[in-house]
Amino acid sequence: MIDETTYAELREIAARYPQPRSGLLPMLHLVQSAQGRVTPEGIEACAEILGLTAAEVSGVATFYTMYKRRPVGDYLVGVCTNTLCAVMGGDAIFERLKDHLGVGNDETTDDGKITLEHVECNAACDYAPVVMVNWEFVDNQTPASAVELVDDLRSGVERHSTRGPRLCTWRQAERVLAGFEDGLVDEGPAAGPASLAGLTLARERGWTAPAAGAEAPKEVE
Amino acid sequence: MGGVLTPVLTDNWDAERSWTLASYEARGGYGALRKALGMAPDDVIAAVKDSGLRGRGGAGFPTGMKWSFIPQDNPKPKYLVVNADESEPGTCKDIPLMMASPHTLVEGVIISAYAIRAERAFIYVRGEVLHVVRRLRAAVREAYAAGHLGQDIHGSGYSLELVVHAGAGAYICGEETALLDSLEGRRGQPRLRPPFPAVAGLYASPTVINNVESIASVPSIVANGPQWFASMGTEKSAGYGIFSLSGHVQRPGQYEAPLGITLRQLIDLAGGIREGHELKFWTPGGSSTPLFTAEHLDVPLDFEGVAAAGSMLGTRALQIFDDTVCVVRAVLRWTEFYKHESCGKCTPCREGTWWLVQVLARLEKGQGTAEDLDLLLDQCDNILGRSFCALGDGATSPITSSIKHFREEYLAHLTHGGCPFDPAASTLFAAEGAVR
Ligand SMILES: Cc1cc2nc3c(=O)[nH]c(=O)nc-3n(C[C@H](O)[C@H](O)[C@H](O)COP(=O)(O)O)c2cc1C
Ligand code: SF4
Ligand code: FES
Repeated sequence: MIDETTYAELREIAARYPQPRSGLLPMLHLVQSAQGRVTPEGIEACAEILGLTAAEVSGVATFYTMYKRRPVGDYLVGVCTNTLCAVMGGDAIFERLKDHLGVGNDETTDDGKITLEHVECNAACDYAPVVMVNWEFVDNQTPASAVELVDDLRSGVERHSTRGPRLCTWRQAERVLAGFEDGLVDEGPAAGPASLAGLTLARERGWTAPAAGAEAPKEVE
Repeated sequence: MGGVLTPVLTDNWDAERSWTLASYEARGGYGALRKALGMAPDDVIAAVKDSGLRGRGGAGFPTGMKWSFIPQDNPKPKYLVVNADESEPGTCKDIPLMMASPHTLVEGVIISAYAIRAERAFIYVRGEVLHVVRRLRAAVREAYAAGHLGQDIHGSGYSLELVVHAGAGAYICGEETALLDSLEGRRGQPRLRPPFPAVAGLYASPTVINNVESIASVPSIVANGPQWFASMGTEKSAGYGIFSLSGHVQRPGQYEAPLGITLRQLIDLAGGIREGHELKFWTPGGSSTPLFTAEHLDVPLDFEGVAAAGSMLGTRALQIFDDTVCVVRAVLRWTEFYKHESCGKCTPCREGTWWLVQVLARLEKGQGTAEDLDLLLDQCDNILGRSFCALGDGATSPITSSIKHFREEYLAHLTHGGCPFDPAASTLFAAEGAVR
């Protein structure tokens, strides 16, 4: 059942846009947060609020990989197996986790804690191989560190993203994607070491962009 | 004097709590906004035109020119949409920018929207980056509270509403017209052009769509002047850009430099190729740009230089692979990606990418024949230029370029009866013996 609070929040999302239908993607994120997956009731609720048919909403929900029709565990663990990460160790990490957890791609452990999947490039290639937990970065992983990560998550040990806050549950994460802040914005660093690689070097060597107004005209001009 | 590296967008990433308004303003942030609000919107467009800024999302279209296409006599509302979908394999510059300094983007959005006279703007960020979504939303909230957004910004009479919108996982939504459909709450599939978004974009209204880095570059241009920007880079590829090195270099990461720098210079800055190995192949601008080899180390990494050498500057996503990596494995994996991400709207791409995977997979297992290489090239020929959008074209790049440079390696799979490479040797932890 979708409760009244969720209904109100779904309407609130639609109202952010000049045309309410633009709210559909974040609304479906909220449905996942409230219900643990995209449920038929969730689809009905979105359809009703936006004046669409359930089929129209389903058609959208099935297009996007982040929407799940089956229940997801507390932690959605995504191993990047796009080429760069795969080569750097992502394939080995994914194989090890499948063995260790006894699940295949897009399957959940019996205790309902971990859903394992392989993901495409997550814009973190400079930290390869990368594992995402509920869409937070866990950078520079090895098969051994990834096993430790999922073991900790299963046994309730608090873990932090390498470039973000302590890891929340998937349902809490989906709420943030729907547009509701969770107060964790100030946790984690501004940037990881790889993001700072060039800047660090520039600082060491005294390199800067030209000063404003002091530019020498380019030879070609 | 400038340096080999020219941090502008990355310059505050090492500042204490750089993502906050206080930190950003302490370094002069939102000064460019005040300056812009004192200018006529057309003068802001002129400044961006004069700077020579070209789109940083891949295609390199001149940003100021794109803005000037917005028909100001059209009575419909105008929209600015920031493309923060960053999903092209290898591309990893916009995400760290938004994580470390979301206000650079927000300030850029306000100035750019003012220039094109939009009263609504959207940042469409891929959904798979939770902390970036948090940082963006907090930045927008802070900007409203400071009066940088909302009604009558700093008494200028100009008003702007900005919404951060999270996507839901689909590479194709980075394609600008698919992004618009997605932002309208539909399946993200590309639209027929014309009409171009400048005329009929979001809600069939005039719309500018720009990449994160393009928009984030605007405050520096307004603050320091177009000549300052154009003093960096090359004649037709002005300014600085973030170069993302990943893979088998000693120090992968973000290196902000004038366009026209070479991979040889960048690898040197990154501490060289992984110890004991050599460069084998690399992508200049993501997986959709034809592969380069060690032959291309001195190609100037600007739009013209890379195109003249047979590839594309793309997103400056430099994925570096050393001699331990099997090019067939790499290309097969990218091809599986395109097959998975094909939106299904047009036949050449939907069916073609499926067939490409079939043929490549059997070659990789050593089960094909030498004729399969010609079959692959023929299939690519039937996709390239016949697809509805550039995803299909991009899917052919790794294949045709790898056959051109590494035909022997494909054939070696056939004589060897499978892949002659040890996948463990290419991993980051190979040296630690963690895998064998
Ligand atoms: C399949 C595909 C994916 C794309 N993904 C992105 C993306 O993630 N981010 C981006 O800025 N541009 C992407 N583009 C390019 C956009 O269509 C568009 O050219 C760009 O956002 C324009 O911004 P710019 O002029 O500032 O570069 C993609 C294009 C294609 C064909
Ligand atoms: S080329 Fe591929 S992604 Fe683009 S419209 Fe055709 S099927 Fe869709
Ligand atoms: S390839 Fe894994 S994050 Fe880019």
